[in-house]
Amino acid sequence: MNTFHADKAAAFARDVPHAHWHDTALWFMRVKRDRGAGSVPEWEKLRNAASGIKAHTLSRLADYLEEFERNAKANGIQVHWARDGAEHNRIVGGILEAHGVKLVAKSKSMLTEECGLNPYLEARGLEIVDTDLGERIVQLAHEPPSHIVMPAIHKKKEQIGELFHQTIGTAEGLSDPKVLTEAARQHLRRKFLGAQAGLSGVNFAIADTGGIVVVTNEGNADMGTSLPPLHIASMGVEKVIPRARDLGVFLRLLARSATGQPISTYTTHFHAPLRSGELHVVIVDNGRSEILGRETFRRSLSCIRCGACLNTCPVYRRSGGYSYSYLIPGPIGAVLGAQRDPVAHASLPFASSLCGSCSDVCPVKIDLHHEILALREEIRSRKILPGGKRLSMRIAGVVLRHPALYRAFGWLARSLLRAGVARVGPGATWARQRELPAAPKETFRELWKKEREEKVA
Amino acid sequence: MPTVGLFIPCYVDQFYPRVGMATLRVLRRLGLEVDFPEEQTCCGQPMYNSGCAGDARPLAERFVRIFGRYDHVVAPSGSCVSMVRNHFRELLGDRPELGALAARTYELCEYLVDVVGVKSLEGSFPRKVGLHRSCHGLRELRLARSSERMDPPLDKARQLLGQLRGIELLDLERPDECCGFGGTFAVNEEAVSCLMGKDRIADHEKAGAEIIAGYDMSCLMHLDGLLRRERKPIRVMHVAEILEEARLNP
Repeated sequence: MNTFHADKAAAFARDVPHAHWHDTALWFMRVKRDRGAGSVPEWEKLRNAASGIKAHTLSRLADYLEEFERNAKANGIQVHWARDGAEHNRIVGGILEAHGVKLVAKSKSMLTEECGLNPYLEARGLEIVDTDLGERIVQLAHEPPSHIVMPAIHKKKEQIGELFHQTIGTAEGLSDPKVLTEAARQHLRRKFLGAQAGLSGVNFAIADTGGIVVVTNEGNADMGTSLPPLHIASMGVEKVIPRARDLGVFLRLLARSATGQPISTYTTHFHAPLRSGELHVVIVDNGRSEILGRETFRRSLSCIRCGACLNTCPVYRRSGGYSYSYLIPGPIGAVLGAQRDPVAHASLPFASSLCGSCSDVCPVKIDLHHEILALREEIRSRKILPGGKRLSMRIAGVVLRHPALYRAFGWLARSLLRAGVARVGPGATWARQRELPAAPKETFRELWKKEREEKVA
Repeated sequence: MPTVGLFIPCYVDQFYPRVGMATLRVLRRLGLEVDFPEEQTCCGQPMYNSGCAGDARPLAERFVRIFGRYDHVVAPSGSCVSMVRNHFRELLGDRPELGALAARTYELCEYLVDVVGVKSLEGSFPRKVGLHRSCHGLRELRLARSSERMDPPLDKARQLLGQLRGIELLDLERPDECCGFGGTFAVNEEAVSCLMGKDRIADHEKAGAEIIAGYDMSCLMHLDGLLRRERKPIRVMHVAEILEEARLNP
């Protein structure tokens, strides 16, 4: 039985003060998001519009991607297509090697994490510097990001002070965020100046202009791509939107949903390479076409990676990013991970109370909790649901179909509860921190019958 | 006068008959004809939510057969009503009689507010009450506006309880965070489930609650289990129980 999430989550939640610290830090983002969303009277209309634009785009994705390619090429951008992560890495590596690049400044991109680009390039002797502050912190710590927007949210400032002391030579015992940020800034400045190429992700690719849009709060994508003559941007096929005028809908939703900001600090539009430079866009499928072909899960491709579903998820907040076996944690990660590999990520759709907060907070209205529910059915149908659970549900199904059996089982359960011997199996797990329900002598149906008989008599 | 088919979820029948009785009395007091079809068992939600739709389907079939004859079907549970209203279609397909039944199956609070149109309830309940807004009633039946959405305010359970004399309905820091019950989640993910429950309780405690009220006994069973283990002086009560108790305190 795959209990990956439950085991990791239990370990995380055991340190209650730490789990509460993590919960509070992320809830703070949720509160800021509520304030940001509440400041827009037409918020729900915007969500509907965004969801509609995405649904439309996905319905003719190939057309819009080709339109984007045509217009991008006309702007002087070089466009590449990658079927999977390996092909993406080969393309990016090839371009970098052709330019003799040794040092790369990279801004945030979950897609390159998905493709494993950093280890691929490092194995070829290149130095890749993640320039987003949170990304740089986890890179220096040799850890994956624990959140898609705030990669180092699991670290306390004291831990970062210690990490910087050991890796970039700051003084010992620093914990003032301002001092630490300034140290990172000076450290990154040297990298920016030395880099021969900049890599970035893509938040939106616009079909009718052939331009791409990259959103950051730190300006690191701008620094990384303005200084060197070579910029390579990696995007999943789902990042395309039809028109420049659609962009406003998404930009108004994105930063508010992510952090509560009205807009991100930097929203950069790339429409052409630098003078005497090159701009490459690598369009990656890596399993997305397969998701597109599945009606139940198609909408998960609408995701704009704001992270709001992580911040609102009561399970994510109390179990941390590393309790998810997939690199994207939280509700959207459960949906994307379990589709990619239902065996490896079989525990993720069960790491949810199905509370539905993710679906209500999602700016593009992905029906996340229903997709999670549908994935449970998929895991059962692939026969990778744990045997015990499968059997108990089958037995329950039979018992509940026959009122006499139901009454007998109900009586037995209540008798065991009253005798105090129900603390076995799931009952024992329930009772570890909770009392079992006190079982009454009579059921509702018995009381109902009695009342009716009394009336007749 | 419409005949109400009373839908008592299996765990309410077995563990919380008093909630079933309170629901029955509340409905009768409003002059409704209430029948309890005794062949009912369970709507199939536990199986459905575990990914075992095949085991849930015959139960959904039974439910439709048993309850098809009533003008209205009412249950003291948002979660089970959501199963009927939102998920039976996925199990049984788009059948006209199913759509009709789904549309006339109600959770108790919404039935009282939307269908019966209850505006002034008799009775007093001079206690400090924190309202637990269980997720399925909240986000699948829209019994209240969820805190994520920016729609106009709405809260049907509060609308009902607020009519009682002397009741003090408390404001919580997190008005609708999940308690962590989540069906089999409560056991599969015991650690997170219990931490979520304890955090909910702490919020109610901080607000000064004497009673945690709700429209789903499943969540309340989980919270009650935690409260009793830690011997906290807070009780859980179903909305129907509060309405009944208030009636006895005119």
